[in-house]
Amino acid sequence: MSLIDEIDFGTPESRSEASVTLTIDGRKVTVPQGTSIMRAAKSVGASIPKLCATDSLNAFGSCRLCLVEIEGRAGTPASCTTPVTDGMVVATQTQRLAKLRKGVMELYISDHPLDCLTCAANGDCELQDMAGAVGLRDVRYGQDGASHLTAEKDTSNPYFTYDASKCIVCSRCVRACEEQQGTFALTIAGRGFGSRVAPGPSPTFMGSECVSCGACVQACPTATLTETKVIEIGQPERSVVTTCAYCGVGCAFKAEMRGEELVRMVPWKDGKANRGHSCVKGRFAWGYAQHKERILSPMIRASINDPWKEVSWDAAIAHTASEFKRIQAKYGRDAVGGITSSRCTNEETYLVQKLVRAAFGNNNVDTCARVCHSPTGYGLKTTFGTSAGTQDFDSVEDSDVILVMGANPTDAHPVFASRMKKRLRAGARLIVIDPRRIDLVRSAHIKADHHLALRPGTNVAMLTALAHVIVTEGLVDEAYVRERCDMDAFTHWAEFVARDANSPEAMEAVTGVPASEVRQAARLYATGGRAAIYYGLGVTEHSQGSTTVMAIANLAMATGNIGRPGVGVNPLRGQNNVQGACDMGSFPHELSGYRHVSDAAARGLFESAWGVTLDEEPGLRIPNMLDAAVAGAFKGLYIQGEDILQSDPNTRHVAAGLGAMECVVVQDLFLNETATFAHVFLPGSTFLEKDGTFTNAERRIQRVRKVMRPRNGLADWEITKALSNALGFPMAYDHPSEIMDEIARLTPSFAGVSYDRLDALGSVQWPCNEAAPEGTPVMHIERFVRGEGRFIITEYVPTDEKVGPRFPLLLTTGRILSQYNVGAQTRRTENSAWHEEDVLEIHPQDAEDRGVRDGDWVTLASRSGDTALRARITDRVAPGVVYTTFHHPDTQANVVTTDYSDWATNCPEYKVTAVQVSKGNGPGDWQARYADQSRRARRIEAAE
Amino acid sequence: MSGAGGTDLVYMANQIARFFETQGDAAAAVRGVADHLKAFWSPDMRAQLKARIAAGEAKDLSPLAKDAVTSL
Repeated sequence: MSLIDEIDFGTPESRSEASVTLTIDGRKVTVPQGTSIMRAAKSVGASIPKLCATDSLNAFGSCRLCLVEIEGRAGTPASCTTPVTDGMVVATQTQRLAKLRKGVMELYISDHPLDCLTCAANGDCELQDMAGAVGLRDVRYGQDGASHLTAEKDTSNPYFTYDASKCIVCSRCVRACEEQQGTFALTIAGRGFGSRVAPGPSPTFMGSECVSCGACVQACPTATLTETKVIEIGQPERSVVTTCAYCGVGCAFKAEMRGEELVRMVPWKDGKANRGHSCVKGRFAWGYAQHKERILSPMIRASINDPWKEVSWDAAIAHTASEFKRIQAKYGRDAVGGITSSRCTNEETYLVQKLVRAAFGNNNVDTCARVCHSPTGYGLKTTFGTSAGTQDFDSVEDSDVILVMGANPTDAHPVFASRMKKRLRAGARLIVIDPRRIDLVRSAHIKADHHLALRPGTNVAMLTALAHVIVTEGLVDEAYVRERCDMDAFTHWAEFVARDANSPEAMEAVTGVPASEVRQAARLYATGGRAAIYYGLGVTEHSQGSTTVMAIANLAMATGNIGRPGVGVNPLRGQNNVQGACDMGSFPHELSGYRHVSDAAARGLFESAWGVTLDEEPGLRIPNMLDAAVAGAFKGLYIQGEDILQSDPNTRHVAAGLGAMECVVVQDLFLNETATFAHVFLPGSTFLEKDGTFTNAERRIQRVRKVMRPRNGLADWEITKALSNALGFPMAYDHPSEIMDEIARLTPSFAGVSYDRLDALGSVQWPCNEAAPEGTPVMHIERFVRGEGRFIITEYVPTDEKVGPRFPLLLTTGRILSQYNVGAQTRRTENSAWHEEDVLEIHPQDAEDRGVRDGDWVTLASRSGDTALRARITDRVAPGVVYTTFHHPDTQANVVTTDYSDWATNCPEYKVTAVQVSKGNGPGDWQARYADQSRRARRIEAAE
Repeated sequence: MSGAGGTDLVYMANQIARFFETQGDAAAAVRGVADHLKAFWSPDMRAQLKARIAAGEAKDLSPLAKDAVTSL
């Protein structure tokens, strides 16, 4: 095993379908029109020296090293900026070119420290490579003149160092920040000899607008921008391609190692989700795997008031199995259940639901999608016939209009946001539907055409008003609807949305958005070309979440925006494998591949394969399990990689449910908040320590590869297997590939998936089967999965969570870039330097009314509970709306949220809570009590 | 397992009925609610709601939801 050496073609690939044939160094080469000479040369193995060019960035033509000679043309043009033409004859290596290149290199090296042996980039430096390539043997100018060799290092960023003394001002970092990331945080300050890379607006990286995506570090050809870990450890010696374990984008990375030590994560250029880009979490925030708080030994305790006692794996598994058997014997078969993890692999998730259905003998299995995208599953299955997004991420490059609703991709799906921003800078139009002025509304070189800043809880009213305009103004794609959709359902729907009560004018009082703005947005979506909808939890986490998803699907069908590149309905899934967890049968009513447990034929397949009889009735969802626990009927819960106490709504209710159980088993990396109520702790493994697959938001199945042994001794799938065996239902897998083979045998949409195929293709998007052996990038091309697309009437029903004199403001919650969900991982990394605590965003007017100043402690109270946090005054939120994140257990934002939920799926209504904000003095009594309880619950008895 | 507030079974059934009452004629709405309860609610949840109706403890249940539950 060695380092993966990715070929750098120097300039991006041309998408032209026309081709051009030329001769390079005597070799004929045919390439797409628009290809650079540099890229064409590389395609036949000719490496033209270069420094400012790299194939992730547009050609720049500044380093003057990639010069070539072209027959019939004067001079020596730069090969990176010169496109090929038919019949062109190019020479890349001549005496004249060699002399010119050597001269250029002499100039670079005359202002560069000659410390290669002690330089962190030694062995991975393009400047060093080019010096060798051009045969540089001496520098005529010496190093006595003016130079930058004494420039100070900027070590303000915890993850990388900026050493200006090694900068050759090639602008690759500046261009990466602009072209790949879209932040525009860097520039070249000064002129001539004084030119240098500068972050802005502050002079240090940490104080600047830099978001630490790492694109600049990746682009740097020298040691100017270098990962701190590389400086500390040295150059890696092998790399393994794997998949990030943070958000649903599913970035592919090369884990670059020295032995079993991870040196750095480098975005993999061939990763089809991220195309070589990354964010601060995937690129840098993996230190949690080695964090001192990670638990590595199984632990048990009789009572949650006792300290934990470390035991062997055998003892922990035997104790857990014995407890579950005891509970089922005493309280009945249905008194136990399990929660699968969207952070774990498909194979691990599949095993947990198998354990519940086959070993526990009931269908009491659920997953964190319950609290995020379960309405997506219901809504898209009802309208289109399948529970997933319709496109691949590449599709955004073909969009003319992008509608973003209830999502903040810049923070929550940053790598896809960068791809979206690139398309927007290239001319696509943008509609944002969100109560907050999210970054996309106005950021560098991007301005939304329409920001429909609606009141929280009025999504359905807004979407139905948009549909009203489309129908009443004759903007329906009638041919598409006639050919592809159920016409009866369409007719009923069209009659419904056309009613005056659904017009933008009538809905203005509900949504708070001027009717004229809604009308313009509807016209743009319907007539602006290929229109794509991207949405997030601001759509699903409402009492009408499923209705909203169906309203989105209605809009797309009515305008013919389903079934080809550039269009579609695209849920931005939150966790790395939440799509996969749903696919694998984690819901209590569905087997893998979204087949209902009452489907006798589907159930028969599993019964035959597993040798058991399965329950044909749906089991309990998470909130139902908690209710049943409070009622005394549910006593045992196996939770793999999920922290429901912090992530689920109405924390006190969750605590009451967990507190009423007799055996709560938490399998996780850390003693999370839920573990406060646990009786068994089974230490989990990180994504670096096991094999498996994740499925991202575009249905892309990608390999997770083990790069080091599990520090806790077992991969998570091995723990579930051991528990199942102890319960008397044998599982005999030796490797996760065998689990995937079983999934493929039992799941039609995964029938063609195997580790061999994934290794061969890199990744595949389901459905992957005989009809689509290489997967399905775009769904519903000729027909919908359900046959005809089905329009659904979407009447607006106001939430029962009302504002009033006691609670006059609406709270909505979300994520921030540097932290991830409950923060269990990111809070244990240097990412906390960007976000140490959750804060409450409040509009200046609301703050002034309450005498609150920026940074003040405030009490945030709802009908469910109260908490205290600091205020941040900003007009990103509208008057009457406040916003916070839920990354920190010290704040526990979900103490405040209610147990109202989506009518169809029980997905909690996180996005609408009536609250009051008042000036406070610091953390409240509840927080102090919780902190004390949490501290006591984490005591570990000293080993004898 | 009656739940409280947003997870109360009567409240949840009413929410479901509120959606299906707009989806077609009365018979279709009853079928829609009943099918939804069969597809997504555990047998115990359905039994509890039936028992509450029988005991007169589901007075806030909408007529549509009640028809659907009793049709199960």
